[in-house]
Amino acid sequence: MWSKRVKLGLAALLMTGVLAGCGQTENNSAGGNEGTTKKEETYSGTISLAGSTALQPLAEEAANAFMEKYPDVSITVQGGGSGTGVNQVAAGAVQIGNSDVPAAEKLDDKSKASELVDHKVAGIAFAIVVNDDVKVDNLTTKQIQDIFSGKIKNWKEVGGPDEAIHVINRPASSGTRATFEKTIMKDVKINDSIGTVQDSNGAVEQAISSTPGAVSYVAMSYLIGEKKNLKTVKIDGAEPTVENIRTEKYPFWSYEYMITKGEAKEEVRAFIDFVKSEEFAPTVKKMGYIPMTELE
Amino acid sequence: MQQMHTKRRNRWLEEYIGRTFAVICGWLIVLITVTMIIFLAVKGIQSFTDSGLSLSDMLLSAQWDPNGTPPKYGALIFIVGSMLVSLGALLISAPIALALAIFMNFIAPKWFVSLLKPVLELLVGIPSVVYGWLGVTILVPLLREWFGGSGFSLLAGIIVLSMMILPTITSIAADALANVPMAYMEASYGLGSTRWQAISRVIVPAAKAGIATGVVLGLARAFGEALAVQMVIGNTIKLPSGLDSPTATLTSVLTMDMANTINGTPWNNALWTLALMLLLISFFFIAVIRLVGPRKER
Repeated sequence: MWSKRVKLGLAALLMTGVLAGCGQTENNSAGGNEGTTKKEETYSGTISLAGSTALQPLAEEAANAFMEKYPDVSITVQGGGSGTGVNQVAAGAVQIGNSDVPAAEKLDDKSKASELVDHKVAGIAFAIVVNDDVKVDNLTTKQIQDIFSGKIKNWKEVGGPDEAIHVINRPASSGTRATFEKTIMKDVKINDSIGTVQDSNGAVEQAISSTPGAVSYVAMSYLIGEKKNLKTVKIDGAEPTVENIRTEKYPFWSYEYMITKGEAKEEVRAFIDFVKSEEFAPTVKKMGYIPMTELE
Repeated sequence: MQQMHTKRRNRWLEEYIGRTFAVICGWLIVLITVTMIIFLAVKGIQSFTDSGLSLSDMLLSAQWDPNGTPPKYGALIFIVGSMLVSLGALLISAPIALALAIFMNFIAPKWFVSLLKPVLELLVGIPSVVYGWLGVTILVPLLREWFGGSGFSLLAGIIVLSMMILPTITSIAADALANVPMAYMEASYGLGSTRWQAISRVIVPAAKAGIATGVVLGLARAFGEALAVQMVIGNTIKLPSGLDSPTATLTSVLTMDMANTINGTPWNNALWTLALMLLLISFFFIAVIRLVGPRKER
């Protein structure tokens, strides 16, 4: 009985090996066909993406829409973080690495960076959010800097209730935090010994809504729909709208990048163009990102 | 005739395949473990060979600022955090576990034991993310009400962890107590002891090696636990100023930063070194179990 099961297991193992092998050859032959299918504008092959969790929902949605349009293409999207995205694409493990920052900013080794090509695929706005017991609607950049560097410790100092401020940060390696430091904190250092750290947009959202007096920053794509106990705060009087970003009134936003290594294969190229296209723009907007068509 | 032939062939095949498979599995697991250790050691040492960090700084400095100029990689906060949260959890759960083990073996009626055992097994089976989630939604707000602050704290980590390691210690301690020969108990009664005297002065001391194994195993599990602790401890990069203060552990900084750093950078290398430290600490615990654990007698 037992050995039968083992045999089955072995057989299954072998099968997966064979199947994986098949996938490989299909892939190669698809690459070879490229030249002949070019004119008809149909694409085939497999594309794999990994990286930024901020970009992941959009990449997944785009992958589904693209595969519907070109059924011969199969796309897989994985998360892992911006670092993973850059690592994997630099190693050639995936065709596209998703990242919140350009590859050169992540890599120390500049010679590696020169092989990688950054493609801006969307904009993403971030918002300062507070627990909704904090009766503050607007903060100046200076006030935000003072709060996160630990100078201001009570909401009454910025016109709110007499309540201790609880700062929630993202870990030092986070792309969202990098954008926060670059666009809002500038030369002021975040004080890491105050408050707490949560390691994802979702965890921050949860912590903000359950902790009185809490303040943090999250991507707008996580604020789509009704959110309980959580409030967005204006920065220098500006709300995080596309209009304000285009007119440079709202500073807290960045591009999202899809990174390729060297010259991208045709179907990869087509997929990236699709994400940026007029056709896909309404979906981009609906999901809380900013389409490239509105930024250029 | 034909049938007998296939039967014999089958048996031969079964014998042969089964044996080969077992041998391959045996070697495979040794190979996997050894390669993992080598990989971790090679990666962990790069901090010092490639990135030029100093070991003493890493072990003794509480300055962790990988984005700073110059970047600093002192891991003392995480080492202390891991130790405090694990030892704290042990302090809570070891006495409870021992009491439970005694209760299960000598005091509880049979039907209750048959209820308690599956309950403990269930506790082991609950995924750590669920423990963490319960911690965030129930424990953290409760602690916030009692002690003020944010509720994310060393104490929250200790309480969640003590729940998680309790069944481990209990079941090993219970087995150790059950293995003490009945004759000890009878001899003790014969000398006129009460039940409690027999348990506390004869049975428990006789099983102390097994109980210690359970405790060390619990400690090892506490040290390695990442997710549940990370969710409730606050992950603030500072040494805790008290039980109600947030801090960070080796595992929590690893889970937070590993996906976002690039291979080969000093930051990434430093994280590998922290992972190597975790491995060495668990080696240490295994060595302790080997030393204190009951000798195989049967």
